[in-house]
Amino acid sequence: MDSDVFLQLTVSGLSNGMVYSLVAVGFVVIFKASDVINFAQGEFLLFGAYLAFAFIAQFGLPWSVGVLATLLTAAMIGLIVERLVLRPLIGEPVISMIMVTIGLSSLLRAVVNGIWGVRPKAFPNFIPSGEVEFLGAIVGIDRLLVIAIAAILLTVLTLFFRHTRDGIAMRAIADDQQAALSMGISIKRVLAVAWAMAAITAAVAGIMLANTVGVSHDIIFIGLRVFPVVILGGLDSVPGAIVGGGVIGLLESYTAGYTTSGLELIVPYIVLILVLMVRPYGLFGKEIIERV
Amino acid sequence: MESGIFFSDYRSDMALRRMPLQKARTGLLLVGLVVFPFLATPYWLNLANQIAIATIGAIGLNILVGYTGQISLGQGAFMAIGAYGAGLLTVRLGVPFYISIPAAALITAVAGLVVGLPSLRLKGLYLAVATLAAQQIVEFVVTHWDGLTGGTEALVVPAPELFGARMNTDGRFYWILVVVALAVALFAANLFRSRVGRAWVAIRDQDIAASAIGVNVFGYKLLAFATSSFLVGLSGALLAHYRSIVTWERFTIEVSISYLAMIIIGGLGTISGSFFGASLIVLLPAMINTLGRSLQDTAPWAATVLPYVQQGVFGLVIILFLVLEPEGLAKLWRNVKDYFRVWPFSY
Repeated sequence: MDSDVFLQLTVSGLSNGMVYSLVAVGFVVIFKASDVINFAQGEFLLFGAYLAFAFIAQFGLPWSVGVLATLLTAAMIGLIVERLVLRPLIGEPVISMIMVTIGLSSLLRAVVNGIWGVRPKAFPNFIPSGEVEFLGAIVGIDRLLVIAIAAILLTVLTLFFRHTRDGIAMRAIADDQQAALSMGISIKRVLAVAWAMAAITAAVAGIMLANTVGVSHDIIFIGLRVFPVVILGGLDSVPGAIVGGGVIGLLESYTAGYTTSGLELIVPYIVLILVLMVRPYGLFGKEIIERV
Repeated sequence: MESGIFFSDYRSDMALRRMPLQKARTGLLLVGLVVFPFLATPYWLNLANQIAIATIGAIGLNILVGYTGQISLGQGAFMAIGAYGAGLLTVRLGVPFYISIPAAALITAVAGLVVGLPSLRLKGLYLAVATLAAQQIVEFVVTHWDGLTGGTEALVVPAPELFGARMNTDGRFYWILVVVALAVALFAANLFRSRVGRAWVAIRDQDIAASAIGVNVFGYKLLAFATSSFLVGLSGALLAHYRSIVTWERFTIEVSISYLAMIIIGGLGTISGSFFGASLIVLLPAMINTLGRSLQDTAPWAATVLPYVQQGVFGLVIILFLVLEPEGLAKLWRNVKDYFRVWPFSY
């Protein structure tokens, strides 16, 4: 086996995997706080990428201001979505929750396509591209930077859940909603924070995707590809999302590199089914045993 | 003095249509269905045929989701199996369509059993994700198994023949579709009043309680998967013969989503809801299209945003129904009926 190729595949797999992890963390945050799985996460990504494109390329803002504006707008969208769509449905059955986020994804996609069209756009990359020699293999700087940024952000999120008031409140609500309520935790506030955070992490991932693969409609498919990641890691576990993202990213990259049949498109889903059969709560998820 | 309607034998008490008004409505519906093709333009006939196929698929999905409470995102995959099954049987083996369609439906039912196996351990969200994976895997197999399905190439199915007549026009195919759709609706309506249907509803409402009162939960879940996939495969097979062309783009995850939208908007766990929802989801894009064309002269830009408007309205309709009327169109229809039942002397 050629070690150069192997290392390149590892780096590109890891950088894809870190983007998956970021998207997956958005899922996890929402799921932890409200037991809702957000099928519109891919559209949040799309929105993030196109907002960054609009602020930086169309309005000509410097990239630091543009990124900040993107994150703020994304947070606003998250808050609006939570208030108008999700809050009226608190306590409804799972199918309603799934369908409402699917409806949301369709609506958001239409808005993005309506504003910016479906053709891929050239994004003014602000993450420096170019190649460096890393452990004897040639890899893109942008790839390495994506891994670094994602690692920092994921660490921040992990610390958020451990140490901040809102993070602990979120864990409390996930654990027992009634008890959390009686301790004076505002569920509405926590849910709003959760959606804003999910939108922000998705926007960051969207900006990174825009830098590495460009701004195009295909970004939404990442939203579906993240399901194997969250299931593998455990739906309610931030470390799980990180590990799951890495594993799935690497797996895809190796399958794409060493086989020729396009098998990498379904390998994650095969993993997903295997995990569901053996360990439905994933590697790090909370174990809920219920037998019928 | 008697007020109200009384039945003096079990037969009329258990009839599917008991009230005079119900009977009148059913009669009116049947007459309407018979008269329709003689009055309709080809455009409307085409839409009616699409609605009939969608109704069969939606009833199938409703058995699984609305009655048994097992969420499935694999509708598109099952339709693909039905369509390719029927198409390949006809093209490769020369089987006539009245055999290929039920055979394809049976093949799909077996596939449904396989996909249903995880439902032994998985519920709700997890089952939805598992069926999503099944959808992706079936899509991959269809597009990559060139030897069997022709891969991404379209599979051309010859127009079916019945009594020496080629069923290649909307007007002729209408009769096949209407008869099958009515038969499916009747079958489903009776099924839900039987032991099996009640077991499904028990599993949906509380699976542990259902198990405690002696319902074989896993067996009935599998039966629901098989029955549902049979009907979904049937609708896929009909689609193959109706369109006389099978391509994988017709059976993507988008299809799964629009069928889920049909039963949500129509009303979970109702047969009339399956029909209403199918009609709305088929007619909505067609109407927006017509509207866009009529605006073409005054607002030429309308044509370019049309696809996005369709998509956006689709999403918006789902959200609005879930937030404002979770029980769907079937509930609205019930409200109308309730209003007129004692009209004009309500209260």
